[in-house]
Amino acid sequence: MAPPLPSGKSPSPSQPSGKSEVTDLKLQLRQLAGSRAPGADDSKRDLFKRVISYMTVGIDVSSAFSEMVMCSATSDIVLKKMCYLYVGNYARCNPDLALLTINFLQKDCRDEDPMIRGLALRSLCSLRVPNLVEYLVAPLGSGLKDGSAYVRMVAALGVLKLYHISASTCLESDFPAALKSLMLSDPDAQVVANCLHSLQEIWNLEASSNSDEASKEIEALYSKTIIYYLLNRIREFSEWAQCLILDLVSKYIPSDSNEIFDMMNLLEDRLQHANGAVVLATIKVFLHLTMSMTDVHQQVYERIKAPLLTLVGAGSPEQSYAVLSHLHLLVMRAPILFSSDYKHFYCQFSEPSYVKKLKLEMLTAIANESNTYEIVTELCEYAGNVDVPIARESIRAVGKIALQQYDVNAIVDRLLQFLEMEKDYVTAETLVLVKDLLRKYPQWSHDCIAVVGNISSKNVQEPKAKAALLWMLGEYSQDMLDAPYILESLTENWDDEHAPEVRLHLLTAVMKCFFKRPPETQNALGAALAAGIADSNQDVHDRALFYYRLLQYDVSVAERVVNPPKQAVSVFADTQSSEIKDRIFDEFNSLSVVYQKPAYMFTDKEHRGPFEFSEDLASLSVGAQSADNVIPAQRYEENDSDLLLSTSEKEENGGPVHDGSAASAYSAPSDLNGSSLSLNSKALTEAALINPGLLTSTSEPTFAIDDLLGLGLPVTPAPPALILNPKPLLDPGAFQRKWGQLAISLSQECSLTVQGAAALTTPQALIRHMQGNSIQCIASGGRPPNYKFFFFAQKDGASVFFLVECIINTSSAMAQIKIKADDGSISEAFYALFQSALSKFSLP
Amino acid sequence: MISQFFVLSQRGDNIVFRDYRGEVPKGSAEIFFRKVKFWKEDEAEEAPPVFNVDGVNYIHVKVAGLFFVATTRDNVSPSLFLELLQRIARVTKDYLGVLNEDSLRKNFVLVYELLDEVIDFGYPQTTSTEVLKSYIFNEPIVVDAARLPPLGPASMFMQGTKRMPGTAVTKSVVANEPGGRKREEIFVDIIEKISVTFSSSGYILTSEIDGTIQMKSYLTGNPEIRLALNEDLSIGRNGSSLYDYRSSGGGTVVLDDCNFHESVHLDSFDMDRTLTLIPPDGEFAVMNYRMTQEFKPPFRVNALIEEAGSLKAEVLLKVRADFSPSVTANSIIVQMPVPSYTTRASFELEAGAVGQTTDFKEGSKRLEWCLKKIVGGSEHTLRAKLTFSQESHGNIMKEAGPVNMNFTIPMYNASKLQVRYLQIAKKSKTYNPYRWVRYVTQANSYVARL
Repeated sequence: MAPPLPSGKSPSPSQPSGKSEVTDLKLQLRQLAGSRAPGADDSKRDLFKRVISYMTVGIDVSSAFSEMVMCSATSDIVLKKMCYLYVGNYARCNPDLALLTINFLQKDCRDEDPMIRGLALRSLCSLRVPNLVEYLVAPLGSGLKDGSAYVRMVAALGVLKLYHISASTCLESDFPAALKSLMLSDPDAQVVANCLHSLQEIWNLEASSNSDEASKEIEALYSKTIIYYLLNRIREFSEWAQCLILDLVSKYIPSDSNEIFDMMNLLEDRLQHANGAVVLATIKVFLHLTMSMTDVHQQVYERIKAPLLTLVGAGSPEQSYAVLSHLHLLVMRAPILFSSDYKHFYCQFSEPSYVKKLKLEMLTAIANESNTYEIVTELCEYAGNVDVPIARESIRAVGKIALQQYDVNAIVDRLLQFLEMEKDYVTAETLVLVKDLLRKYPQWSHDCIAVVGNISSKNVQEPKAKAALLWMLGEYSQDMLDAPYILESLTENWDDEHAPEVRLHLLTAVMKCFFKRPPETQNALGAALAAGIADSNQDVHDRALFYYRLLQYDVSVAERVVNPPKQAVSVFADTQSSEIKDRIFDEFNSLSVVYQKPAYMFTDKEHRGPFEFSEDLASLSVGAQSADNVIPAQRYEENDSDLLLSTSEKEENGGPVHDGSAASAYSAPSDLNGSSLSLNSKALTEAALINPGLLTSTSEPTFAIDDLLGLGLPVTPAPPALILNPKPLLDPGAFQRKWGQLAISLSQECSLTVQGAAALTTPQALIRHMQGNSIQCIASGGRPPNYKFFFFAQKDGASVFFLVECIINTSSAMAQIKIKADDGSISEAFYALFQSALSKFSLP
Repeated sequence: MISQFFVLSQRGDNIVFRDYRGEVPKGSAEIFFRKVKFWKEDEAEEAPPVFNVDGVNYIHVKVAGLFFVATTRDNVSPSLFLELLQRIARVTKDYLGVLNEDSLRKNFVLVYELLDEVIDFGYPQTTSTEVLKSYIFNEPIVVDAARLPPLGPASMFMQGTKRMPGTAVTKSVVANEPGGRKREEIFVDIIEKISVTFSSSGYILTSEIDGTIQMKSYLTGNPEIRLALNEDLSIGRNGSSLYDYRSSGGGTVVLDDCNFHESVHLDSFDMDRTLTLIPPDGEFAVMNYRMTQEFKPPFRVNALIEEAGSLKAEVLLKVRADFSPSVTANSIIVQMPVPSYTTRASFELEAGAVGQTTDFKEGSKRLEWCLKKIVGGSEHTLRAKLTFSQESHGNIMKEAGPVNMNFTIPMYNASKLQVRYLQIAKKSKTYNPYRWVRYVTQANSYVARL
């Protein structure tokens, strides 16, 4: 690290020449230590400043510890503060020397000046030396009762510091109880806030060791009494503490809608706060409170739009980015509600690209009949932009809008205009898009192919674009006059194609072309297969050999395999699963929104206690369901303006193409049908591939060879009754990983027995019961009437794990069960086991 | 909660480093700096303000060419962190008068003192300059702002950001004037950032004003202040009643939305558009507002590019100031990207041009035209001849532009939002502090398409 600037006479450090500097400092400090001469304090100040500045730039000055302590006996508060800073920094690595400081710190804790008392107490607690905890308890105890709010404020966080040094000392001294009573009685708002900070952290850490007491204490923090007490005083708190309280409130489950409206009216003016953090925290409360009230939820969206847009314009670029990320999330969830605000999402010249990318995604999402023309016109402006990455994104955005099928006609024209711009990257991006468009709208092939045919393959260099061009050449070779000859010349230059992706596409294109125009392509095919079989890339080699053998076996079979009639793609798969999107929404006002990933994907496993996991779960359950809304899906169904479905439900609803049959698509059983159906078709394909003879008999036109089918698992014969391993092992980290990786293979709702629901007063009871059925709990949480569990089990004698999310509402005696499994085909059998275990809960 | 807080110079040196919780390894500042410097090697992209490396979240803001950074392992609210960092920078500026690398280095002990009170064990405590006053004992070593080079190399960090124009107030809230007496004064700045996009035919495609009423008070005893805005000011474009005839007529100011500082009382705002507040010490935004109502853009920009024979083209740029001659805009920069195969550009300024410079930026392939001043009502032109290394394919208009303009116009505000009066509760008859109400308009994104 570079040393700080040398600067003349100023007390800031000159360039240190190494150890001799520190030795020199020590010497000077020692000389001054006992000095009472006038001006001694000033010289000390200069020396201390030098020490601190070395510390800042990372030079180790811990060797001056004893000298610093010797000099610390002073009444000069500036000196004292520097000394505290120094001691706090080095005490941990010099525990023996730290003992030297205890004396004067303890003395200062009894000073008559509250400021000195506070400072000393803060430093004392910041030493982080385990063998000194005994000296902390007494000063902390009196600090919490101090007459000065400043000292109490310091003491409240001091308790938390003590907990981190020695949890047992902290708990044995009964400090949490003291904090709690202070929180509920102290007149100073910051003292209250600090008590809340400490209590939350302490109990959350305690809860990770599965202490019942801790979970009860956490529950108590979310109780009506405490929430109302804090809400009623919210204006007394600093803006930062307001954020803390609002965060707590967002986890509170109100008992009825009157309560919800009261809270929202109380917090309404927080939306006009100049501090974006307060506004976002308030919005989170509003969104979570109204989760089950579709109409009100939609009103909330309308209400928060203006404040969010103002915040985007008001702050520094960094602040607006954070707000814009949240706006992005909301736009993605309910694009229709923002469709008239599209102009706000136009990119501005000076914006950094991370902002522009967000805006492009939003523009894409909100494009509909009413605004597509304007949006696409604007996007086309960006396509010629000097900022190439943004220009590319803009073209992709135009393509995505086209795929959303609003006025495709006009957009296709624009895309074709892009091709005429003759900019390399514009052509490249456009080709990829035209290919996707053709897959969805084959009816446009005539117009597109005419233009694509004019593009010289020499001007296309990017592998993705080249692959797209090859795909079109193969697919539409009957419409493109010189297709065989372009393919032939490309085959001749086989070795110049560096990307295996392109060579694979070339092989397939030549094959397809051969079936359509055999005489013209025969030469090229022979050359391509020969080159492919000799290729150094394994995939290319394998594909060439596969084609070769297919052709050898039977040309007509080969044609059906390589070039079957295609069904237009109705919906392209979304890159992010709906479950993840819902999860991010539940984590509103956190980094998850900025990263567009749920917390478990980026928080460091080593530094996460299991408690955080279960905390996530707790917040999840709030979002998913609130007390008076047991079967949200049905309610949504009844509502015409179902703009605000959680995304997962929306997707189950399916794409606009097969909308007609989506009458009851929300309910869980249809999900089951879906999965068993796909299993059947998988089985079919597998069978077909194993025995080519079968193919002829199953050549239904709808039997498109989709990419998905490549993933098919070997067909298992009807499995024998599933037996679970009685003692499966899975650590929380592995569980989280699996949970993140696997898709839901089964999602069901079932009812509990009345006795079962009544007996479920603590999660522990059910956890023990399920253990008896070889199903282990890994995390649990929630408050009556909502409980949430994460279970896992393992198939006996196999490494197949089942992961279960189970949300139980005891007042309605219903359980929502989501199962993920390493082997999805036996999850139904597992569900049967799980459900029977659950139904036996509390039965003799 | 915040694990560490540090301030880095633009070269990556630690100026201040505070570890609050000891959860993040010490080398974090270096990891941060390397990541920011080399965010993406192939694409010249800026690092976002929030990113994660090995489970550590780095959250930063850039102020005056310095990085203010916080690290954490928790899934925190990014807004809270960014607001807090910005606030720390502002509080520091309140104390030091000027915020830059030099003043920070000279006062780092004071900054540590501030940090101790602002954050404890990673939890924000107080950021009020006033409350902090009673805890801060170091006296600021004030750096003379006038003698500093204007931003210096730090200015490279300013590009592309929406930085507010520097308010002239550069004295510390705690330092005394020479002579030992504090001057009683209060500054109210109405700062507007405007964004306008013109279509190729000169039609306004989008326009928006993001404004702030910023206050900095040096009044002793915290008297109450009344700030009166336009009487006919209305808020909420869609919310305004259908029967409000005034909104269709000229002269009415209609804000889309606004927000207020915590200290502002809105009791009489609905009645007479007056804000009442007891201003805290230091600088703060009384009110932020946003307006998409149509307004008269201060400049008209015309740009033309035409092929002139093979491998040659001519550019014509014209800027007209559509405001009163009593107002003068300054530091105007007009930039225009030209085709990527441009190799040379020669410029021809209008006759008698003073204080104008031109440049062809070879690397980014853009023309740059800087004007020190433009007086209201005047018009300026620039001609340029371009030489190409290859024939342009097709439409040269698609290969160039859009023209982007930067400027600052003091004593001008596009929205017509006015402070009608600024009333200070009087303590005595002789008490008559200085009051400064200033307006300034700045380009945020001022773009004309070809």
